[in-house]
Amino acid sequence: MLALFIVISLGAAFLISLFGRKSKVFCDITCNISTFALFLLSLNSLFVVRQYSTVVYKIGGWIPPLGICLVLDGFSAFMLVTLNLVSFLIAIYSINYMEKYTDKYKFYSLFMLMVAGMNGVILTGDIFNLFVFLEIASVASYALVAFGVEAEELEASFKYAVIGVISSSFILLGIGLLYAYTSTLNMADISLTIAQKGFSSVILFVSVLFMAGFGIKSALVPFHAWLPDAHPSAPASISAMLSGVLIKVLGIYSLMRIFFNIFGVTEVMLTILTALGAISLLVGVFLAIGQWDLKRLLAYHSISQIGYVVLSIGLGTPLGILGGLFHLFNHSIFKSLLFLNSGAVEYATDNRDLKKMGGLKEKMPVTSNTSWIASMSISGIPPFNGFWSKLIIILACVQADRIGLAFIAVIGSILTLASFMKVQKFAFLGKLNTTLDKIKEVPVSMRLSMIIFAAICLFGGLLLIPHLMEYFLKPAVNVLVSGTEYAFTVLGG
Amino acid sequence: MSVYFLCLVLFSIGLYCVLRKRNIIKIIIGIAIMEYAINLFFILIAYRWQGRAPIMAQGREILGMVDPIPQALILTSIVIGLSVLALLVGIALRIFDKYNTFDITKIKRLKG
Amino acid sequence: MIKNDKKEVGMTLIVKTITRLTVGLILLFGIYIVLHGHISPGGGFAGGLIIALSFIHLMLAFGREAALKRLSEAKAAILESVGALLFLIIAVLGFTGGYFFLNFINKGKPFNLFSAGIIPLCNIAIAIKVGVGLFSIFIVLVILQEDRKE
Repeated sequence: MLALFIVISLGAAFLISLFGRKSKVFCDITCNISTFALFLLSLNSLFVVRQYSTVVYKIGGWIPPLGICLVLDGFSAFMLVTLNLVSFLIAIYSINYMEKYTDKYKFYSLFMLMVAGMNGVILTGDIFNLFVFLEIASVASYALVAFGVEAEELEASFKYAVIGVISSSFILLGIGLLYAYTSTLNMADISLTIAQKGFSSVILFVSVLFMAGFGIKSALVPFHAWLPDAHPSAPASISAMLSGVLIKVLGIYSLMRIFFNIFGVTEVMLTILTALGAISLLVGVFLAIGQWDLKRLLAYHSISQIGYVVLSIGLGTPLGILGGLFHLFNHSIFKSLLFLNSGAVEYATDNRDLKKMGGLKEKMPVTSNTSWIASMSISGIPPFNGFWSKLIIILACVQADRIGLAFIAVIGSILTLASFMKVQKFAFLGKLNTTLDKIKEVPVSMRLSMIIFAAICLFGGLLLIPHLMEYFLKPAVNVLVSGTEYAFTVLGG
Repeated sequence: MSVYFLCLVLFSIGLYCVLRKRNIIKIIIGIAIMEYAINLFFILIAYRWQGRAPIMAQGREILGMVDPIPQALILTSIVIGLSVLALLVGIALRIFDKYNTFDITKIKRLKG
Repeated sequence: MIKNDKKEVGMTLIVKTITRLTVGLILLFGIYIVLHGHISPGGGFAGGLIIALSFIHLMLAFGREAALKRLSEAKAAILESVGALLFLIIAVLGFTGGYFFLNFINKGKPFNLFSAGIIPLCNIAIAIKVGVGLFSIFIVLVILQEDRKE
């Protein structure tokens, strides 16, 4: 069953590139049906995890340390649901939004390739396989950033591609050293071998390489330079995909899987993670406040919110991990929604500069209301989902006796609120700009997807109800808390 | 041991080329050098003293072979490198269309 | 390249003659490498590369039209997807035995041409994908270049 995640998405990508040239409707239908199927499958995987806790799928019938295996545990199921929910809603949004670009089938084909890559990264239990899927997703995203082939987009894409290739090289070098040290590529087996051989300086060097490589992929602050260029330049649905899930799956997920489950987390690594998180949180939000380009502002906020996630997971306590993962889910929802809103504004007014907007609330009620919900959610106002996750993060900081970090988190939240007040004031409230008299609300598929996102924002806090948490968040937290026991559950099962 | 070190030197040369050079084409060449350094490193990991190529042939025993897994991995990473390189060259050509230069200090419309 | 009055495309007579003699052999060698991928060094990727190189060779020697007449851009794009889909279908057929990518065909005797189950089929699919893919990368870059000259 697990292989279906990869089969469906890859199959859809190739089918679209084969037949999509002729009819646009075919592309729309294939992409939406396949992402919907993936979403249903990922929901199903939650129940599977509840029942069996860990499922190991042997590709080609080869037993794990020899062959490649796919592993589904709580953490993977959590990430799968996040990824496939967001990609399904974005596929709906793209039906109308991508009309303004030519070659829609190429877009869908690359989009499905990216989804396939990310599904593969989440599911795989083999470290080189992880690298291959990571490259599939990143190469597709380089191409998608340049999709508009305008000057800025090409420039951003080139920058993104060069930095991305450097990070992939670091990761590949790390994998090579790891293979030389442990003579195996299966992640569970690597973990066992390291536990037997003991900690050595090779592992330290590999950790540094992985930290740099995956740090670049997840745009933590010293490595963030590509993100504010790449995310705004892409088409809005791709910006939502990049900010919403790509940096989390390629960056955070792989980082956590490797550091928590394979190497076994140490105090030093946790300190580094919290420090990186705190720096990203503050730097991202400070840079965001001064921006006038709507999408660029949102891109800087992605850096800052990723900082929250890493800071919270870096605390290492169960509550901290819970807060971090919940914020990861929430961030992918509201940041995708904000990018879709910015896409809707751009679609209607052909403009991203906040200074030239104003009073859009009269003309575009759906866009402005959903963006209001998302803004409140990202700045942590109750009762939206962002509030609950930030509350848990701050509580976790206090519980771990790190008052300074809690203080940083609160400051970040206040500054986020300030910058989103600015967005609301200049873009949606106030008097209608005279040049914008003729704009209309966006088409139906875009509205539908934004409304669903907003509804999830509104009711996301309900996921903390104990009964629902047992299904969604608790298994994921357990996987990270149990650490290197991952090896025994994979190889034993 | 020194061969591994030389690999790292080659990798550093590529990294230096990517970070320091201003011409887009030279940056792409730097990326290629980095990839080759890593590929070389993998092959060297696999090598054992006086090993022979890991090919199964009729009537020969499986003895004294070098490790075949890194070689298989390298084939994959070469394919990935090829696709990335092709994409980068394509983007570079398009950039030349728009800006009429390969100098990255002159290609900076994105700021902030 | 010297432009003479006769509006001749491609390279000189020497190159053209040599190409005419060798290009078929290169193509055949590529196919040989693909088909013997499971019993000797080589395989789908290497063989596909050689097949693509034979077409690129043709293009360099005789100009764009000669190569595109044999394998046009649209056909290349279709073949590329077909190759990838073939590979996926072979992998999915493994579900008949219970596992994704299961080698479900009889393995046969080692070192025979018809052995190793699905591996030769996979090699052929990869060769189509890689060969056509590389050729279309080359075409795209050339077209980009020529568009700019105009």
